[in-house]
Amino acid sequence: MTATTTAPPVPALEIRGLVAEYRTRRRLGGRGRTVQAVAGVDLTLAQGHTLGLVGETGCGKSTLGRTLVRLVRPAAGSVHAEGIDVAGAKGVRLRQLHRTVQLVFQDPYASLNPRMSVRALLAEPLKVHGLHVRRREERIRELLDLVGLDPAHAGRYPYQFSGGQRQRLGIARALAVEPRILVLDEPVSALDVSVQAGVINLLDDLQRDLGLSYLFIAHDLSVVRQISDEVAVMYLGRIVEHGPAEQLYDHPAHPYTQALLSAVPVPDPRVERARKRIVLTGDVPSPLSPPSGCRFRTRCWKATDRCAAVAPPAVDLGGGHTAACHYPALADTPAGNGA
Amino acid sequence: MTRTAPTTPAPASVPEPSAVPGKGASASRDPGPARIALRRFLRHRLAVAGVLVLLALAVGCFGATWLAPSPRNAQDLLLGATPPSGAHLLGTDELGRDYLSEVLYAGRISLAIGLGVAVLSTTLGTVVGCVAGYFGGWVDEVTMRVADLFLVVPAIALLALAIQGLGSSPVTIVLVLAGLGWTVIARVVRAQVLSLREKEYVEAARVLGVPTVRILWRHLLPNLVGVVVVNVSLSVAAAVILESTLSFLGFGVQPPRSSWGNMLSQASGMVGTSQSYLLYAPGAAILLTVLAVNFVGDGLRDAFDPQGRH
Amino acid sequence: MTPTPPLLAVEDLTVRYRTDAGPVTAVDNLSFEVAAGSTLGIVGESGSGKTAASMALMGLLPRTAEVTGSARLHGQELLGRPDSAMRDIRGRRIAVIFQDALSALNPMMTIGAQLAEAVRVHDRSRSAGELRERAVELLDLVGIPSPAARLDQYPHEYSGGMRQRALIAMGIANDPDILVADEPTTALDVTVQAQVLDVIRRVQERTGTAVLLITHDLGVVAGLADRIMVMYAGAKLEEGGVEQIFYRPAHPYTRGLLAALPRIDRRLARLEPIPGQPPQPHDRPGGCLFRARCRHADPDRCTRPLPAPAEVSAGHLTSCVRVHEIASAG
Repeated sequence: MTATTTAPPVPALEIRGLVAEYRTRRRLGGRGRTVQAVAGVDLTLAQGHTLGLVGETGCGKSTLGRTLVRLVRPAAGSVHAEGIDVAGAKGVRLRQLHRTVQLVFQDPYASLNPRMSVRALLAEPLKVHGLHVRRREERIRELLDLVGLDPAHAGRYPYQFSGGQRQRLGIARALAVEPRILVLDEPVSALDVSVQAGVINLLDDLQRDLGLSYLFIAHDLSVVRQISDEVAVMYLGRIVEHGPAEQLYDHPAHPYTQALLSAVPVPDPRVERARKRIVLTGDVPSPLSPPSGCRFRTRCWKATDRCAAVAPPAVDLGGGHTAACHYPALADTPAGNGA
Repeated sequence: MTRTAPTTPAPASVPEPSAVPGKGASASRDPGPARIALRRFLRHRLAVAGVLVLLALAVGCFGATWLAPSPRNAQDLLLGATPPSGAHLLGTDELGRDYLSEVLYAGRISLAIGLGVAVLSTTLGTVVGCVAGYFGGWVDEVTMRVADLFLVVPAIALLALAIQGLGSSPVTIVLVLAGLGWTVIARVVRAQVLSLREKEYVEAARVLGVPTVRILWRHLLPNLVGVVVVNVSLSVAAAVILESTLSFLGFGVQPPRSSWGNMLSQASGMVGTSQSYLLYAPGAAILLTVLAVNFVGDGLRDAFDPQGRH
Repeated sequence: MTPTPPLLAVEDLTVRYRTDAGPVTAVDNLSFEVAAGSTLGIVGESGSGKTAASMALMGLLPRTAEVTGSARLHGQELLGRPDSAMRDIRGRRIAVIFQDALSALNPMMTIGAQLAEAVRVHDRSRSAGELRERAVELLDLVGIPSPAARLDQYPHEYSGGMRQRALIAMGIANDPDILVADEPTTALDVTVQAQVLDVIRRVQERTGTAVLLITHDLGVVAGLADRIMVMYAGAKLEEGGVEQIFYRPAHPYTRGLLAALPRIDRRLARLEPIPGQPPQPHDRPGGCLFRARCRHADPDRCTRPLPAPAEVSAGHLTSCVRVHEIASAG
């Protein structure tokens, strides 16, 4: 790799007060309603680290990931990637941004243009950014080798590869511009277990060898634990808990995190059958009309009047562990994770 | 079973074995989408037959100077109208002209108009549809409202007016028909682009910083090929028919130029007389062209269908 | 295994599809039994044939599928019956819950009407009032709050988890002997998945129905199944009690799957992926189908036609012919 910049003291990603909205479809004569998919998020990703972002469908984690690569424009707040203002970047800075942050998509079938050969897929980013002009073919072979694919297959088309191999192609394409940060949006959730493990290991190796920083977005909490240094839990557009992975998984403080972790089945019958499960009642409220105060209160067994009145700020629990709850569980109280 | 096909999760440094067993590693031998489409097209017999018929018609008409039994407009007033015979395969008209030669010469204009309209309207429609679909917003609003406008204007009336004003040269006819025809393909292309631009591979290109023009050219257009090619074939057929209708009504190609349409128009008085054979030849030529073009269109649609099996 | 005759006995079930590329074997000589009131988990990755096998039992495969073998429910043969006879059994004796609840429900009918219909199809004696009563009872059983009011709502007014529960209610409407749940929670979020698994557990306790649970998620079967069958490329590789499979896996594939799985309760030093990929369905060599990915494969013994899965301990079967050598090797 030629990316030899020494790590500057700035964090890989710095997200402050981020709000991202989308409009519902216009009805006849109406203007559509504005939905806040991301409703004020602060997050920091340290250089060379992996931040796991977990949450259920519709919590805004994917939208957040997409604001980092300018597929979604933030409505408020700021995002800096290696010091570059993501929303404001223009011209040279914008090209620099494209070379700094890359996205790996969930669906290995939809994310590769079916009409382009592997060579064309990998050559495109090189051409666009004028990289390795004289040794492009060699660089394509390097990239394929880097993700564990046979460099001799550069002439093939996506349909000739299996799901896991396609996901590796997607990763190779993202790496072609030598980015510093990868936003991984559910990169293994479409893959079978035995294949998924290979891609997770690959991501691990790439991070170690290339010094990449990862924002790993997933709904599978087991996968996130395996790969993340830090984890943030998202619910209805807000971060409800954030902390070092071990700390958060072993001592979840926010009721939602506790419920989430307790709901994940463990592939171990004795552990699984002995666990106390917090089964939440009801469903996630519509983001069109989120509850006042704490957004989780409608499903929370601890909720009081205070939760409806005041949105809880992130409370520091020590060691970089924060929870946005008026009544967080303390580390010494037994939590929902019964393992 | 929603999971995707498993692959080879070997350690990162070890190359995976090929996904398709038994295929060589040679880069050039792997069939690309174009080759697959060709293979599928060739499996479609009617479409292949359509191609052959069209080729024969094109060679016959555009090569009429060399292939037609008689030169253009060669009259034999003494002979007059004769039914088909050994000397004149399709007979002669009342001026004693060899009707086969006339049909071939007229086909030049009919086919040229058909092809010209198809290419022009498809090009225009594809560009407009792409831009409207990809950029959305007010660009989309404006272009689509204009397209709607063309929908409510009666085509024949507009044509009649335009031809009165601009004269009835084949070029005018092509321009007017293309000016009316682009809305159809623009709509279809726009709808396709609307769904294609949400595709993850298009988003991936945006994230990589690929310039918009290149995204349209490299990622959207190639995936529109099927739709566009099918539209070309169908609009050839539509233009041939429309030109015939116009000529039949007297707004189209004017004598002494002839097209299949105005040949039909001139022969229209012969219905029920002994010279009704004059109707069949241009009529059959139009029918044959339109059918062949439609079969080709069908074949192309199947060949480019992404849902089709490999 | 069970002293009483099993509820469902499947023998030599084979499913082949006719395709342009020649016949494709989706399920290959599969035999298994389900005891009354028990839960059998069928675990496998995509293309393992787990869904094809269960759909064959229900007579729900497309016409291009050729099904041979035998499947007896209470001694009554299910395979090769005409459609009309199968319709009578489906829903009444054997019911199914699909993965995609939204497309399995009719958007134009209220949940109540669909429940009533599910009952009426097999029992015409009930009055409208009785049907409604039964519908309320069913919704209550699957834990839908204020069921009487929810009865008159349409599927789109239900959340994903509630739709899945309504589907379970329809499945158990006629007290079936066996409930086939095909990836019942795959499309759901984890908190909702927990609710639905809870409902399946509760329904089973109350009605005593047997459950055939088809899933790729080993965590789901760990909590719910009594016995587990591991499928790969259309064949059964291993079958045993839930603890046998998880704590004493015999087949290298089962061991591989367990080692490849990240865990919620602890971080593993490194996951161990299974190298290679399953054989293509139209190109399956004789012998052990897993051998190309197996580090214990023996070039001679594993290429020979496999004998029927043999017991390694009471009720624990595996198709691996090298199981004893592997066990001693660790």
